[in-house]
Amino acid sequence: MSVVTLQVDGRDVAVPAGSTLLQAIRAAGLSVPTLCDLEGLEPVGACRLCLVELEGSQRLLPACASEASEGQVIRTDTAQLQGYRRMAVELFFAEGNHVCAFCVANGTCELQDVAVAVGMDHSRFPYQYPQRSVDASHPRFSLDHNRCILCTRCVRVCDQIEGAHVWDVAERGSDCRIVAGLDQPWGEVDACTSCGKCVDVCPTGALFAKEDTTAEKHPHPERAGQLRRAREQRQWIS
Amino acid sequence: MDLMTISATPAQDPAQARPRLRLATVWLAGCSGCHMSFLDLDEFLFELAEAVDIVYSPVASDTKIYPEQVDVCLVEGAVANVDNLELALTLRQRTALVISFGDCAISANVPGLRNLCSAPGRDSARTVLERGYLELADASAQLPFAPGIVPELLPKVLPLHEVIPVDLYLPGCPPSAERIRAAIAPLLVGQRPRMEGASMLRFG
Amino acid sequence: MVALPPCERPRLRCCAASGCRSAGARPLLAALRAAAAAGGTAPDGIAAGDQAADDISAGASAAPEPLEVRSVGCLRLCGEGPLVAWDGPEGTRLFGGLAPAAAAALVDQVRGLASLPLAADPALVSHQLDLEQPFFRLQRPLVLEGCGIVDPERIEAALAHGSYAQLRRVLHELSPEAVREQVRRSGLRGRGGGGYPTGLKWDTVALQPPGRRYVVCNADEGDPGAFMDRSVLEGDPHRLLEGMAIAAYAVGADHGYLYVRAEYPLAIERLRLALQQARQQGLLGPSIAGTAFALELEVRVGAGAYVCGEETALLHSIQGQRGIPRTRPPYPAQAGLWGAPTLINNVETFAAVPVILRQGGDWYAAIGSEGSRGTKVFSLSGAIRHTGLVEVPMGISLRTVVETMGGGDPDGGAVKAVQTGGPSGGCIPADLLDTPVDFESLLSLGSMMGSGGMVVIGQGTAMPEVARHFMAFSVNESCGKCVPCRAGTVQLLALLDRFVEQRATAADLEALEALCAMVKATSLCGLGQAAPNPVLSTLRHFRQEYTAALGPGS
Repeated sequence: MSVVTLQVDGRDVAVPAGSTLLQAIRAAGLSVPTLCDLEGLEPVGACRLCLVELEGSQRLLPACASEASEGQVIRTDTAQLQGYRRMAVELFFAEGNHVCAFCVANGTCELQDVAVAVGMDHSRFPYQYPQRSVDASHPRFSLDHNRCILCTRCVRVCDQIEGAHVWDVAERGSDCRIVAGLDQPWGEVDACTSCGKCVDVCPTGALFAKEDTTAEKHPHPERAGQLRRAREQRQWIS
Repeated sequence: MDLMTISATPAQDPAQARPRLRLATVWLAGCSGCHMSFLDLDEFLFELAEAVDIVYSPVASDTKIYPEQVDVCLVEGAVANVDNLELALTLRQRTALVISFGDCAISANVPGLRNLCSAPGRDSARTVLERGYLELADASAQLPFAPGIVPELLPKVLPLHEVIPVDLYLPGCPPSAERIRAAIAPLLVGQRPRMEGASMLRFG
Repeated sequence: MVALPPCERPRLRCCAASGCRSAGARPLLAALRAAAAAGGTAPDGIAAGDQAADDISAGASAAPEPLEVRSVGCLRLCGEGPLVAWDGPEGTRLFGGLAPAAAAALVDQVRGLASLPLAADPALVSHQLDLEQPFFRLQRPLVLEGCGIVDPERIEAALAHGSYAQLRRVLHELSPEAVREQVRRSGLRGRGGGGYPTGLKWDTVALQPPGRRYVVCNADEGDPGAFMDRSVLEGDPHRLLEGMAIAAYAVGADHGYLYVRAEYPLAIERLRLALQQARQQGLLGPSIAGTAFALELEVRVGAGAYVCGEETALLHSIQGQRGIPRTRPPYPAQAGLWGAPTLINNVETFAAVPVILRQGGDWYAAIGSEGSRGTKVFSLSGAIRHTGLVEVPMGISLRTVVETMGGGDPDGGAVKAVQTGGPSGGCIPADLLDTPVDFESLLSLGSMMGSGGMVVIGQGTAMPEVARHFMAFSVNESCGKCVPCRAGTVQLLALLDRFVEQRATAADLEALEALCAMVKATSLCGLGQAAPNPVLSTLRHFRQEYTAALGPGS
């Protein structure tokens, strides 16, 4: 196995060739906030929270979707990056209708977590109060679009792990929303296997089990990675 | 801002050095839960009472007019009506350090949900009033109208910092008593609290 | 080109491209053809007086030679359309804004049957346009050399004008490497806006490991005020197909796509016709021009998304997926359509290839300026006297284009600024109009070359409003994938509203600048990264208009 060595925030780190910068950052014992990234799913580089600086480059790199290469000098926590990350998180809060107080995911929400991580004590951007709906047509789960941050983890887990491709994104810009099937009520989509993987990986309270009420959601984002590894390493085949 | 400037006159004896802080708490559009949490400070309330003068508060003072020269003010709630707005503007003029106290002051939170009821050419105040007082009325349906007595709703519910400059944000719905204490205690000794980490910053 | 050398047999060329069509070219063309077929008899006798009508019937009885009325592509001065060129022994005359009723009078003049001299013909005299004016004289048509001359719906016309000669020559005489050598030497850079060296891109695709390759033409021209590519597609589609075929040969592709926006129905129609004709002539399809080289090209029609002009979004769209960009690398030249190396160039880039092969890369590189070789097509619009299409050598000054050629402000006032690069570009103030038009100079002013749209802004227009206009465009066209573009542009638009409505605060100005920097630095693709440019460039050159918009509270 060939290895690349690079430097992250002054720490030297060696990772297998083909690793992402995010893996290298974590291998160095450091972290950057992430929302759309999830182990087991193909990266999309959409939330922009894991952007890092690369010495010698003007452009910021999404750590989740960039390959680590030999000799890179990476900085993950400059004042500039901190400023951008906080603004990104504020934009997430301001574009949806996020009310932690009565949210099913209060306490286990990754958006809440990154808000803490970037030191967001308030949003400088006015909340937009978009008109969004709730789809409770599925017998076991619900989708509250008000809490969706369009990370597309649900889209990817359903496509890449479950193989059902129930979810996709419709519309564009600030009108974007997750749709089931051919923009049908979720409960009417025959392709849905009711496996619950989308609910497991949803970072916020947008997808949740119907029996859960305020602060009762128990997400399992680790399952996508477990399934992917089990499949690739054929762990359950004798 | 520099909190050291709050102290009006430095005293000579270090033990008695600090003049008593003039503290206010204000309740705008909120459920009063933040004030309930404030009362959960339990025995720390005694320490607080030793260290500060509570010059205005819905839970600890009878004063009806917001006084001059307040050092610190905790403001619970969003700005939803003309009274809220007037009080916010007044307290800003008369207070050195204004704290957005809880999620409603910081983000409009639950009171702000009425903003979802706005439509083009129709503000959310009208929508909710008509819904509440006309559409759902059993008898004698009429919109409340008593200028000077019943404050008029603003077209949109706003977080405090969209109305006045805010110096410190204390999130939570409500902020726990521990978090309130951790935020207030440094102020008593002229320091600014470190608002970092989940224990101090998590919303909800 | 518009003005042609004198010719013995007179003919009329009528622009039938979109711009002139919208000004009434179709009924005019029909009337001209009817008049030509009728020997000049005015169908309803409106054009000339009684005496003229007598002369016409006399002429008609003499059975004049058939008069060719050719439907052609863009004749450049779009704002005066519909345009008709009359070629004859005395050279070319150009007419603008003719009504169908004037067709007979023009045909009479062409045939020498009119009773009045042209200068006294009331139906025509006020419509004649000066071909000696700088707008025409300073043009250097290379990409557009056939546009306005050939009938875009007849491949015979294109062949007679030299189209596909370079493709045949290249296939028989040059190796792919030798073709790329010429393109490298030409110094040609991508005309879609990015300015990436074309030869380098071709090499990158060609030198990938063996396997399938694709060639893609980006004809998703979407910048407001940009209509250069449309003019090539509508006016001389075979030149584009020839350029694409040469590129495919040079990089080893046997399949390609032309991605055209749905808002260009005439371009799509003519492109499909051109593809069909080229296949019939053996210039596309298997064993082209009797060689082993094969190439299939298909038209793919967009669905109305500006972001599909971004190359990775465009590729997704061709593959039948949602048109959203992805992170690069890998670049399409490494992994594009269905994972295969894919060459993507803009219409104008491909259309410049035949002339480079014909004249040689060095010849082409001698035109233009250091770092920006050759010519560039610009579409001029906005507060300008001469609205239309110009092809000029790179390095020419903005002032020459806007004031000398474009004629400046139509009301005689001073030009305030020039917007280049559409929603990704910026506004260049009048006092910097002596800037040469090249990639680096425009970038250094906070704007960009872009695809070639130049919108001239008059004194009456407030710059925060210009910025808001473009931001609204970016809000509408954001694909929604990444948060800075999806949500950041919305917040920028709301901030700009406050400046336009004169209720901004100093804090708003600070927030505006901070958010512009964030959206620029952190957006995923070029659309988001460039979305703040109209704000940043107007802040840079017209800051006083923003500070003047601060309300009394600040």
